[in-house]
Amino acid sequence: MAYEVNGQSVACDEEGYITNLSEWSPELAEIIAKNEELEMTDDRWEVVNFLRDYYEEYQIAPAVRVLIKAAKKSMGPDKGNNKYMYELFPYGPAKQACKIAGLPKPTGCV
Amino acid sequence: MADGDTQVPKLAYPTATPCIKPGAMEGLQPFLASPEHNKALGFPGELVPDWKERALAKMEELAGKNRAFQVYLDICVKCGACTDKCHYFLGTADPKNMPVARQDLLRSVYRRYFTFAGKYFPWLVGARDLTEDVLMEWYSYYHQCSECRRCSVFCPYGIDTAEITMAARDILDAVGIGMKYSNEIIGKVHTVGNNLGLNPKALRATLEDLEEDIEDDTGVSVRIPIDEKGADILLVTPSADFFAEPHIDGLIGYAKVFHQTGVSWTLSSYASEAANFGLFIGNYENMRLVSQRIRKAALDLGVKRIIFGECGHAWRVAYSFLNTLAGPWDFLDPNYPVPQHILEFTWNEIQQGNLTLDKTRNDHMTVTFHDSCNVARGSRMGDMPGGQFEIPRNVIKAVCNNFVDMEQDTIHESTLCCGGGGGLLTDDLMDLRIKGAAPRMTALQQSTEQHGVTHMAAICAICKTQFSKVMPKYGYDMDSIVSVHQLVSNAIILDGQKTEDDAAE
Repeated sequence: MAYEVNGQSVACDEEGYITNLSEWSPELAEIIAKNEELEMTDDRWEVVNFLRDYYEEYQIAPAVRVLIKAAKKSMGPDKGNNKYMYELFPYGPAKQACKIAGLPKPTGCV
Repeated sequence: MADGDTQVPKLAYPTATPCIKPGAMEGLQPFLASPEHNKALGFPGELVPDWKERALAKMEELAGKNRAFQVYLDICVKCGACTDKCHYFLGTADPKNMPVARQDLLRSVYRRYFTFAGKYFPWLVGARDLTEDVLMEWYSYYHQCSECRRCSVFCPYGIDTAEITMAARDILDAVGIGMKYSNEIIGKVHTVGNNLGLNPKALRATLEDLEEDIEDDTGVSVRIPIDEKGADILLVTPSADFFAEPHIDGLIGYAKVFHQTGVSWTLSSYASEAANFGLFIGNYENMRLVSQRIRKAALDLGVKRIIFGECGHAWRVAYSFLNTLAGPWDFLDPNYPVPQHILEFTWNEIQQGNLTLDKTRNDHMTVTFHDSCNVARGSRMGDMPGGQFEIPRNVIKAVCNNFVDMEQDTIHESTLCCGGGGGLLTDDLMDLRIKGAAPRMTALQQSTEQHGVTHMAAICAICKTQFSKVMPKYGYDMDSIVSVHQLVSNAIILDGQKTEDDAAE
């Protein structure tokens, strides 16, 4: 399984998470989002960029609560809440946003 | 995604027997584990050429080691008492999800190779050859069992389908057919220390963030200590408590209780996981390795007591097997049970009057309690029979004014699985999870109609995640599932805590 980006093939697993994290690019994010039937609006980019920054620092995606707290700071309380995050990413900000951000899927009882 | 076209089952009542639909779930298979994930657990990477010999040898080994497994295979009289007791059968109507039929998938092969009649007259006794198709049929239907053990309660012989499912999965792993979800997770516990793969740096940052949240909410500095040598209590909790909602609110609840009672406690980054998926795949060696991390952490930190957080199967492993897996625990304080459940601790403190609780803070909810299968069946809590049913309810009633139980045949030892236990909490099984939740959701809907129940509390990380995902399919908000210690957290008034009255001034 793979995505096609500018003629290049980027491998992913059965669920669409890319296998080599260094192959991520903003163009790829747009393509993954399109597969998920989402358009990459500014707010979605804000979340994806935060996830990538957090991952770079901690090598794991943040807890949803941490993400929401950060969103509250940057987007304000109207958008920095669980409900809005699920509106942005209906399959869950942790899993779906991670997929678009090119990060591994959170595993475990989550 | 897999759940887009799921037909949400409509049941007349929680345990209503459906008209059977043969083959309804045929061919459903969770993703296979990659060779790396299998090898990391000591299994062959992929299906071995001599799979038939190895599978039969493994079956013989298990029947020799585990007397219960052999008795369960020999003793069934096909009385039918179990047929309508499985939530997956009730939700999918596939007759192979009747517990007896699930057992027979393996029993028929056992008969063929290990019984006199099956060796010489297989057609008379329902014995069949082991083929690759049979192997994949096992993979499918033994991953449509959550090892919840409800059927065993109703079996006159006490046959436990969970033991047969675990054996089948162990045999499959032994020939190189592993399940991605469980095997990837166990590998992460072996290397990082928890199911999530949360490293110590990230874990510390998360806990600091939560400490900040508690201080913002209450004005009180409540610590969530980690890796603190010399602490009295080691808290072992599911890593979902560091990551997911509503689990995190439960963790905050534990921290407030510990803070208010003044005990010294710590988490461990090395043993940052209560869950033990070794149980789910039926593999003793992996279960032992996961448990050994808790022993090492307890020794390294020099603690006197071990307390487990809200995690269903972790409690079964801890309560029933911890001593044989990772004991002896003679270095711990003998005045306390090894291990102790967080609810035992909190209930003791409530009884002693050590917590100030304002029940009205939960007045916006009418709460019911979902008994998690691995706590309800095959373990206990506290020092009296049935403690695992009474203690959680006692704690809830101490912190909530409005509590109602669901239908009698869906609670206590007859509790219905959430639909996501036993290593099935993965997106690729979402259709099964939604259908398997139908009996529990129907019981909840009844209590909503009859008693106005708004929220359901649970003490298992899997139950909490499963319900937050499937409840919206049944007309509830995802935050209708709550942690029991979240209710405690809402009600508890810490010394020096700012209240709404203070804020108004």
